[in-house]
Amino acid sequence: MSPPTTKTRIATIWLDGCSGCHMSLLDIDARLAAVAGSIDLVFSPLVDTRTYPQNVDVCFIEGAASSGEDVEKLHLIRRNTRQVVAFGDCAVTGNVPGMRNRFALREVLTRSYLENATHQPRIPDRDIPHLFERVRPVHAFIDVEMFLPGCPPAADAIFEVLSALLEGRPPDLAGRARFG
Amino acid sequence: MTPTAPIAQKPRTDVNPVRIYTLRIDGRDVSGREDETILTVARQNGIFIPTLCHLDGLAERGACRLCIVEIQGSPKLFAACVTLVKQDMDVITDSARIRDYRRKILELIFSERNHVCAVCVVNGNCELQDLAVKLGMTHVRYDYLNPPQSVDASHPRFSLDHNRCVLCLRCIRVCKDIEGASTWDISGRGIHARIISDLNQPWGESETCTGCGKCVQVCPTGALSEKGKSVAEMTKRPQFLPYLQMMRKEAEI
Amino acid sequence: MTLTIENLQEIAKTETDAVESYRYRINVCMAAGCLSCRSDVVKASLEEEIRRQGKEKACLVRGVGCLGLCAVGPLIDISPLNVTYQAVQPSDAPEIIGSLTGAPVSRLLLPADQPFFSRQKKIVLENCGIIEPERIESYIAAGGYEALYQALRQMSPRQVIDEVTASGLRGRGGAGFPTGLKWTTVYKARQAVKYVVCNADEGDPGAFMDRSVLESDPHRVIEGMAIAGYAVGASRGYIYVRAEYPLAVERLRRAIKQAKRLGVLGENIFNTPFAFDIQLRLGAGAFVCGEETALIASIEGRLGRPRPRPPFPAEFGLWGCPTLINNVETLANIAPIVRRGGGWFAGIGTEKSKGTKVFALAGKINNTGLIEVPMGTTLREIVFDIGGGIPAGRRFKAVQTGGPSGGCVPEQFLDMPVDYDSLREVGAIMGSGGMIVMDDGACMVDVAKFFMEFCMSESCGKCAPCRVGTTQLFGILERITAGDGSIEDIDTLKELCDLVGATSLCGLGQTAPNPVKSTLRYFENEYTAHVRRHHCEAGVCAMGKAREATT
Ligand SMILES: Cc1cc2nc3c(=O)[nH]c(=O)nc-3n(C[C@H](O)[C@H](O)[C@H](O)COP(=O)(O)O)c2cc1C
Ligand code: SF4
Ligand code: SF4
Ligand code: SF4
Ligand code: SF4
Ligand code: SF4
Ligand code: FES
Ligand code: FES
Repeated sequence: MSPPTTKTRIATIWLDGCSGCHMSLLDIDARLAAVAGSIDLVFSPLVDTRTYPQNVDVCFIEGAASSGEDVEKLHLIRRNTRQVVAFGDCAVTGNVPGMRNRFALREVLTRSYLENATHQPRIPDRDIPHLFERVRPVHAFIDVEMFLPGCPPAADAIFEVLSALLEGRPPDLAGRARFG
Repeated sequence: MTPTAPIAQKPRTDVNPVRIYTLRIDGRDVSGREDETILTVARQNGIFIPTLCHLDGLAERGACRLCIVEIQGSPKLFAACVTLVKQDMDVITDSARIRDYRRKILELIFSERNHVCAVCVVNGNCELQDLAVKLGMTHVRYDYLNPPQSVDASHPRFSLDHNRCVLCLRCIRVCKDIEGASTWDISGRGIHARIISDLNQPWGESETCTGCGKCVQVCPTGALSEKGKSVAEMTKRPQFLPYLQMMRKEAEI
Repeated sequence: MTLTIENLQEIAKTETDAVESYRYRINVCMAAGCLSCRSDVVKASLEEEIRRQGKEKACLVRGVGCLGLCAVGPLIDISPLNVTYQAVQPSDAPEIIGSLTGAPVSRLLLPADQPFFSRQKKIVLENCGIIEPERIESYIAAGGYEALYQALRQMSPRQVIDEVTASGLRGRGGAGFPTGLKWTTVYKARQAVKYVVCNADEGDPGAFMDRSVLESDPHRVIEGMAIAGYAVGASRGYIYVRAEYPLAVERLRRAIKQAKRLGVLGENIFNTPFAFDIQLRLGAGAFVCGEETALIASIEGRLGRPRPRPPFPAEFGLWGCPTLINNVETLANIAPIVRRGGGWFAGIGTEKSKGTKVFALAGKINNTGLIEVPMGTTLREIVFDIGGGIPAGRRFKAVQTGGPSGGCVPEQFLDMPVDYDSLREVGAIMGSGGMIVMDDGACMVDVAKFFMEFCMSESCGKCAPCRVGTTQLFGILERITAGDGSIEDIDTLKELCDLVGATSLCGLGQTAPNPVKSTLRYFENEYTAHVRRHHCEAGVCAMGKAREATT
């Protein structure tokens, strides 16, 4: 257990995404160091905590919701988090993972696991999360406080959101964030 | 069809003396000619009104509804691109209500087809994408319709991706009114409306297309693009239009 | 040849004498409703039977227009006996003809004191079921084309318009725009070429008022158009009629030909310089082509899509010329107004809604059919007295007026006088006159979904809010009726209704949310029951299991 702290408790998570948004987060590098003293990264693919903690101040969610497991995670996050940030286009719009929405799930699976397989073609059915017919953005399932579009969002925009959260003001994303 | 049917009855300026009206836009006193639209006069005065189907040099359609404005004394909203100015008109281009409606209309447009900016040829050079930024539309709350749409890559130099089309019909207008080829048309109704070339043949087999590329340049999105352009490489150059119009007008005189 | 009033009177007299020379006149309804139950065969067998019994000299069989009570067709009406038979079969012919001199055939008899007939007031439908729609002589015998004569020979265009204005007539096509005002605008336009267009596109599901008028009394509409042409200064008219009304089209064609032959259309009508010609244009049945600017585009041979107004067609219409567009029923009121004066018409109806209105009763009501009542008649009188109430002992729930652009009127407003303004106040509209009655077996969410599906598929797709908004609205309604809706969906419905209504380009989109808005206004509890308890009170919606995503 970490000792009680006045630092802002931040979490980050990947759902159906490519990790590019997390890379962009790391791109803040120098400036990240500057705020490092006032944040506490309590849960993230970048640290090795296993379970999502309680009392999180902010969670950056990368990636779209594509499976039952994703949605379970979203509800867990929502219950334990004050401010949820949809982080990057996949979380905000469905983006690249959502490109399969135009096809039936069956077709997509057949194409990727049977037609294009070179070794033991088989559609996996055990021990994997139940895939939805449609990939959907985070806000289709839980309330989201802040949307940070971009694929990935510009480091500048991420930093603005982070500082705004720390300073308790609404972020000014004008000209800093767009889709794509 | 002629999507370019005369929209507004513009008084003939060659036989009638043009009247100049004074009016207010967002509380500012401005003046405009009787044959000018609210949009034109607003822009002359540096007042921004978002537009999508409008393009300088093309006939107006009044269809995207992003340019809606309020006119004091009327409960209705008016599309600025097709509403002519009147004496003492009091126009509001930027109220909370209008901003809200515009954002929602944009959300509807984004929800209609399949926009994946990250992998789009015009990423970074797209009017639709820019509008989202300008109008502060950060996400779409309506269901994505995700219709199955096709890509027509049969033309040797250009391609048409229906996934990105917003049905502004600029392509139809420029091809018919400026190029005179009338290659593009529209088929289907409502949500099934789509752009077709000639009699719904592949674009590459079109007998009318001259390959001028005008439609590609005026298309606000990644729907029409030049071949060989990869993600974010395509930029549009619609500036030829006002220039062409000006030259034609001079030739008439 | 130019026609004089004497010619007209002579035709009328010859016709009346000819008809009255028969002892018995048997009128068989030959409008679409009864024709669909083979009234043409009934007519043939009646004629055959008369021949067989050798009564050709005494009996005349005439094919007339809609008698109104279409639900119990085929209807026949025998004068001067004043008996009406319902559901007549060809095999009934011998009995009917045989009984002419004795007691009527009681098993076919339609009770004489039917409030269905006695409570109505007929202006537009005054000739329906009485004259033969396929013979101009029959129309003339009923006073037809006298009003045109009067207008052309005794009145100036301004005077004609003054009468129409004084009558207080408002457009019957939906919006209720004052007809006199519209005529004045076109009259004042200075261009030399003007047009008159009759909107016979009638696209509301469940509406068949215009159809009946065209099938039963086509000359009335032609006369109204000619008078309108004279008043506004147009010499050419178009009737835009949907191709799905083949009988109406055929009768209009025939009527126009007859009118031209007689000289009530053409050059120098009634020896005046006035010339007027009418052409038919067939629509392919797109609802949006009833919208005036789309209709104009369609007549011009362009794609039937609306354009922003202003400019209105009255200033800038067909081929850029000032154009008067009126609905069939509006035009059908013109001849009586000219004949009897605007003041007479203004004496009927309510303060702001003058005259009568034709309604097509449909849905869960005993007497489905066509009725005409003075404006201001209460819904209760229409539904229960004239309409005969709700069948199968069920309860009245609501009536949808104005079709997909209108709204539902629930039980608490049954005693409301029906006119333009009162309907608008309760969230419905007069529309063109379709009235769909719903009993307690109707689910209002399902009703809203039905109309939204209609608007979605009829949206032309030109403007974004209507094209995408109606699709989104329908999607949400579909989700709710499938039992997969959420409480947020109801908020999104309200939000989208507001957006689509406020920002769409034409009337279709602007009014498309009305059925959802009005069912939400009066029956929001049904929506909530669907989303909260997955329960459809009426048992209409089959609640599927909740969606994959919400499990
Ligand atoms: C979507 C839509 C459909 C319409 N359909 C009809 C129609 O079928 N018949 C009609 O007379 N008017 C229809 N209208 C109204 C016409 O646009 C127009 O207002 C009317 O024909 C004017 O005639 P009036 O003044 O005699 O009512 C429709 C309007 C809209 C917006
Ligand atoms: S938004 Fe782009 S960078 Fe971020 S996870 Fe999705 S695909 Fe990767
Ligand atoms: S057309 Fe514009 S908005 Fe659509 S995907 Fe491409 S860049 Fe994005
Ligand atoms: S390239 Fe030119 S001619 Fe061909 S479709 Fe486009 S605008 Fe028309
Ligand atoms: S292809 Fe481009 S220009 Fe043509 S309608 Fe679609 S978005 Fe507009
Ligand atoms: S409101 Fe609907 S029907 Fe009317 S122009 Fe727009 S899309 Fe077409
Ligand atoms: S720009 Fe005016 S409606 Fe599209
Ligand atoms: S169709 Fe015969 S009564 Fe109406």
